[in-house]
Amino acid sequence: MVEETKKIKSVSSRRNSRRKATLRAMKWRRDKFNRRLREQVNDLLIVRRLPRLFKVMRRKSRKDQPQSDYTRGLLLGKSIGLGYVPVSFTFGLVAVQMGFDPWVAVFISLTNLASAGQFAGIRMIAGGAPAIELAMTTLVVNIRYFLMSLSLTQKIDPKMPTYKRCIMAFGVTDEIFALAAMEKEDVSFRFFTGLMTCPIVGWTLGTALGAFAAELMPAMVQACMGIALYCMFIAIIVPPSKTNKKIFYAILIASALSCMFKYVPGINQISQNGGGWSLILSAIGAASLCATFFKSDEVADEAERKEVAR
Amino acid sequence: MSLFTFSTAGIMLAVMALTTYFIRVTPMAVFHRKLENRWFKDFMFYIPFCVLAAMTFPDVIYSTKSLTSGVVATAVALIMSWRKRDLLTVAIGAVLAAVLVEYLKMVAF
Repeated sequence: MVEETKKIKSVSSRRNSRRKATLRAMKWRRDKFNRRLREQVNDLLIVRRLPRLFKVMRRKSRKDQPQSDYTRGLLLGKSIGLGYVPVSFTFGLVAVQMGFDPWVAVFISLTNLASAGQFAGIRMIAGGAPAIELAMTTLVVNIRYFLMSLSLTQKIDPKMPTYKRCIMAFGVTDEIFALAAMEKEDVSFRFFTGLMTCPIVGWTLGTALGAFAAELMPAMVQACMGIALYCMFIAIIVPPSKTNKKIFYAILIASALSCMFKYVPGINQISQNGGGWSLILSAIGAASLCATFFKSDEVADEAERKEVAR
Repeated sequence: MSLFTFSTAGIMLAVMALTTYFIRVTPMAVFHRKLENRWFKDFMFYIPFCVLAAMTFPDVIYSTKSLTSGVVATAVALIMSWRKRDLLTVAIGAVLAAVLVEYLKMVAF
């Protein structure tokens, strides 16, 4: 008896479950049909399709992906590259006016990538100076790159191979170094090469434009282009000094020393040949004064972070 | 015709390029370790600001056609950079200011 009822029950339950399954399948089919219909209607209405399109486009655009180091450097160096154009344009103009072939001017820009050094150099060559004197002048005017390179070695991985360092060294200019020095973390090879790409292109292209368009500019504008170089320096050093008083004092001391070497009679003999020595003395003097008397907060923060990490 | 071409000034161009590169590459290739000296680190922190400041002042006021336009353009550049404008914006603003002053001088006198 018991077994029979069990059998009946199981049969009925099986039948029930089968019925439920067919019902479910029907419902699913109906829903699917409805969904398809809705999709087709939506596809017909372009307005409804737009959000989905945007979603696909946003997925494809690079902004959502994490930026690579090279791209980050490239974007950061873009404004330096643009800022170099008027300065190198001036260099091209001056070089052609001094009697240099336009392609020679472009070649100088591509191989030197140094603003003040290049101006001093073409002045020496045009004056007919011997090679040794040219080398000495270039050395003195560009000696700040030695300090910058030295400073940069503290911000790169000590294990970086020498060939990568040799490539990076080519891009050490005032502005590129300044931006690399403002980085919170260590500077990677990819970031630095990205950072130097736009400035090199801008510097070379600007020289070419200036050299080939030398005759087209009105003389008054030509004479005023020289200030563009200094404006870039100002635009780099002033904003950080607004938030950090110590940087502000460092700038004041360096400027005061530089003015002293220029105006005080007797001492101003030093700034005769292009001002290379007065620049070195004022910069080193001001920086050592500041390092002795004001401890920079940035370096202190870094030391603390290292201790915490230990 | 140009006085200085690759054939007439080639050696000078090479001297210039090699000297400039030599200055940059020596510290990079030689110093492979990080220095731990606190004073030296502070010194290296201040060096870029000091070099740029010493290069800029006082030469910036002589970098245009006359002293007047130089001073005006420097003031414009300082104010613009104090308001955190872009490098290029500051440069263009100052050059325009200098050209304007020169133009006004030419018209007025």
